[in-house]
Amino acid sequence: MNRPIHSPMDPSPRSRLIAAVLVITYAVLSLIPLAWIFMTSVRTPEDAIAYPPKVIAAPSAVGFVNLFTTRSRVSADELAALPPPANWVERTVREQQMILSGPSRFMDRYTNSLVIGFGSTILSIILGTLAAYAFSRFRVPGKDDWLFFILSTRMMPPIAVAIPVYLMFRELGLNDTHTGLILLYTVVNLSLSVWLLKGFMDEIPREYEEAAMVDGYTRWQAFVKVVLPQAATGIATTAIFCLIFAWNEYAFALLLTSGNAQTAPPFIPTIIGEGGLDWPAMAAGTTLFLLPVLFFTVLLRKHLLRGVTFGAIRK
Amino acid sequence: MSPTVHPQQGLSDKALAWIFVTPTILLLLAFNIFPLIWTIYLSFTNYRANRPGAEVVSVGIDNYQRVLNSEAIWESMRATAGFLCASITLQILLGFGLALLLNRKFRSHSFWSTAILLPMMLAPAVVGTFWKYFFEPQYGIFNYIVNFFGDFGSFTMLGDTALAPWAIVLVDTWMWTPYVMLLLLAGLRSIPPYLYEAAEIDRASEWTKFWRITLPMVLPFIVLAVLFRAIENFKMFDLVDQLTNGGPGSVTELASITLKREAFEKWRTGFSSALAIIMFVAIYGMSLVTVRFLERVKQR
Amino acid sequence: MNLKPKLLAAVAAVAMGMSASSAFAQQKQLTLCWAAWDPANALVELSKDFTAKSGVQMKFEFVPWPNFAQRMLNELNSKGKLCDLMIGDSQWIGSAATEGHYVKLNDFFDKNNIKMADFMPATVEGYTTWPKGTKNYYALPAMGDAVAWTYRKDWFARADLQQEFKAKHGRDLAPPKTWDELKQIGQFFQGRTIDGKKVYGAALYTERGSEGITMGVTNTMYANGMRYDNPAKPYDLKGYINGPEAVAGLRFYKELFDCCTPPGHTNAYMTENLDAYKSGQVAMQMNFIAFFPGINKDPAVGGEKTGFFPMPTAKIAAAQLGGQGISVVNYSAKKDLALEYIKWFAQPAIQQKWWDAGGASAHKAVLDKPGFEKSAAYAPVYLDSMKIVKDFWQEPSYAQLLLAMQKRTHDYVIAGKGTPQEALNALEKDWTEIFKEDGKVK
Repeated sequence: MNRPIHSPMDPSPRSRLIAAVLVITYAVLSLIPLAWIFMTSVRTPEDAIAYPPKVIAAPSAVGFVNLFTTRSRVSADELAALPPPANWVERTVREQQMILSGPSRFMDRYTNSLVIGFGSTILSIILGTLAAYAFSRFRVPGKDDWLFFILSTRMMPPIAVAIPVYLMFRELGLNDTHTGLILLYTVVNLSLSVWLLKGFMDEIPREYEEAAMVDGYTRWQAFVKVVLPQAATGIATTAIFCLIFAWNEYAFALLLTSGNAQTAPPFIPTIIGEGGLDWPAMAAGTTLFLLPVLFFTVLLRKHLLRGVTFGAIRK
Repeated sequence: MSPTVHPQQGLSDKALAWIFVTPTILLLLAFNIFPLIWTIYLSFTNYRANRPGAEVVSVGIDNYQRVLNSEAIWESMRATAGFLCASITLQILLGFGLALLLNRKFRSHSFWSTAILLPMMLAPAVVGTFWKYFFEPQYGIFNYIVNFFGDFGSFTMLGDTALAPWAIVLVDTWMWTPYVMLLLLAGLRSIPPYLYEAAEIDRASEWTKFWRITLPMVLPFIVLAVLFRAIENFKMFDLVDQLTNGGPGSVTELASITLKREAFEKWRTGFSSALAIIMFVAIYGMSLVTVRFLERVKQR
Repeated sequence: MNLKPKLLAAVAAVAMGMSASSAFAQQKQLTLCWAAWDPANALVELSKDFTAKSGVQMKFEFVPWPNFAQRMLNELNSKGKLCDLMIGDSQWIGSAATEGHYVKLNDFFDKNNIKMADFMPATVEGYTTWPKGTKNYYALPAMGDAVAWTYRKDWFARADLQQEFKAKHGRDLAPPKTWDELKQIGQFFQGRTIDGKKVYGAALYTERGSEGITMGVTNTMYANGMRYDNPAKPYDLKGYINGPEAVAGLRFYKELFDCCTPPGHTNAYMTENLDAYKSGQVAMQMNFIAFFPGINKDPAVGGEKTGFFPMPTAKIAAAQLGGQGISVVNYSAKKDLALEYIKWFAQPAIQQKWWDAGGASAHKAVLDKPGFEKSAAYAPVYLDSMKIVKDFWQEPSYAQLLLAMQKRTHDYVIAGKGTPQEALNALEKDWTEIFKEDGKVK
């Protein structure tokens, strides 16, 4: 009768150990691909296609240099006839028997991702905060129907939405513009931001605003001076989720942009070297692209569940 | 305090409500409802986006009939269904397992759970691109690691018609098992402890506790996970477009890939609009069921 | 009251800014869109001459081949203003002409004394005219190209291999003249160990996504005598695209794929074949001649290590046409500047520089020049190949025709579904339906 009582609420040290071992094994296996990408970005193309795969390889900046430049191949004689390289970038390029032609489009695409990501996030946060507050506090006729309608906008497959939007953009001249894509991402993110922010707003007690209004504030002033500061964390969280969605988006960017407004996701797979997939360059581009998202994921870890279920489930 | 306190000055609640909500509703109408209506209209015509000057003729339900009679479309739907079943089953099993283990709350469990969650937030298109590198038969680490566990010889995950569907299931599982884990962990944590304490008093075995308490209480969350994942995987495009582009042959050509081919490579706008509407109706149906289940879960 | 001077200053600043930016905008600039490959880099270098002579800055938008068609056709369909000049694939001519994407160049050619008779006839017909063979010109031939082969001359020269091959087949180990000979060579090298590494016979085109496998199978199919349709009755396909010649050609391609390619070579197009060849995996590769200058310069396999040969024969000699013409995009705001570029590019002197830089000129002044065959190791193959080229459809609906062929041939050759006759019967049905939708067939 002195058997120690262990329920799932209070596991034994042994079961904890087993759990730890299994979970850590899974986590490590699951992280190997990410680690491998980072490692590939700092090795030479030859090492990247070595078999058996090399775990340790000499570090090299070739991947990053190739990512940011365009080069053309020359013959060994032409190479010998050139003046000495001006800096380490040129030297790295020459080592591959190529010469520097100019910068690549990667920086452009990365910048586009930033501009379009932040632009659409700011817009969807502003609109979403207002709408969420209204749904949370006011009696809006047909509120539940509106809310479901807003959610239903997420149900079309992106390709399906792209068909008429492509035609719309063509008429309005919005194809391949930052404005067009910012508008589109804002709209797609509205469902996320309204639902998430409504959840956060619902958690802010109404007493604060109402006290403020008794003190003479208008509803608008109460909203701005009392509610918004309290919702700051929620707004920041929602903003990051919206940013991540816009950052990762691929289908619309693929179909609705071209030379001017193309973002990073459709561009990265096209980072080919001369005569073959330049794996280190592609890995370098991938690394630079994934790092912000990884950073924000760790930052947001307490709110991930809420974010990925549209605010329906909070831990 | 009644919720409709009227302040002395400034805009009334009602005015503010409309001002706050209208921009959102307008944008959604412009970019969601209007396109949807346009798509429905297009689905009844023979319009082709690459021939804007050609005559547009109404063809009635011809496009819908062609979609439903097309062998290629059904193949694509079968591929999608197979993908859904395999990936969701795997993710539920793995995710539930991980959630149960993490629920033991060993030391450093929150660090490792964050580590597991990372793949879920990555861009699926970029994930597809670098997994192509891992699946390379000549120098990719996947073959290398698998052969570690037993000699399977040389195989090509992405090139073999039997293996390619499993390749996309595998990568999808890698990305989304954390999602299921997260959801089910919330489910596990919502189980009131007194249920277990009562079971303890009745000298219930571990298995009985699991079967009678844990599983039924988590079941709504499992169903929710299945529904969420089903909706997302039905729409799946980015990952597969990069990883296999529907190949080899058409074994991994999922519904969205077919849609893209019809709409943006063959430019059969009318036909693809009909397909889009059919897909939308399916997803809408699944979502209605989801929301109903969500209500049930939230009531606990 | 002190606002007024401030206001004036602000307005002046804005006005200056605006005029500066419009002056900036007036700085002449053209954007040229093409695929991202070796010849494009060569064109960048060559265009510096144009900038020096005309003061127009050149900007380039290069997209890798697997995405090129989709991106650029999307761009044209959406009336995009990105490209002033487009070096588009030969198959787009039909659609571009009927939809008005390209400017018709007849008047321009006449005014500037540019004669189509000065260019190789195959390139004029294939890259510039719509309907095919008429005198409506929508492009200037820019880059002549066809699919041909490279092989490891150094491996073929090995004495032990030569002996073994001669003993087995009774002839020298040399570039094949027929497809059967090529298959034998492929089998000979398949799985052999050379310099401690396992090597394979050949790198073939097998790509599913854009046009890869079609550009491969058409070679064996043409060589066996296939025609797409009835020469007497266009768009009448039955018995032609699925006739015995086509079936024989398709079957042969699959046999070649099964016997002689590296493992995992199931989705390969130009860059994958280059990869396989340069990394020493294969003894031969099929690829567009456009890559041959780059291969020639390659440190690993270039120079004396590589040789070239044109498509082998079966019943006839035939090769799949590649190549592009340069066109002016109708939606561009700088059409006159773009025409200047074409005028510059059409000069014989520039065409010669184009060939020297690694671009495949189609101008007779370059090709007929004595000594042309010796100007580069791949020059004879270029000349010979361009004499035997055949092209895929250029119809406005070509994309659909291509996608259907991609699916059916990939399903059979790579995924092993059904028989070649079944695959081509299905293709015949696909194409007939497409032509029906287009109104070309009742």
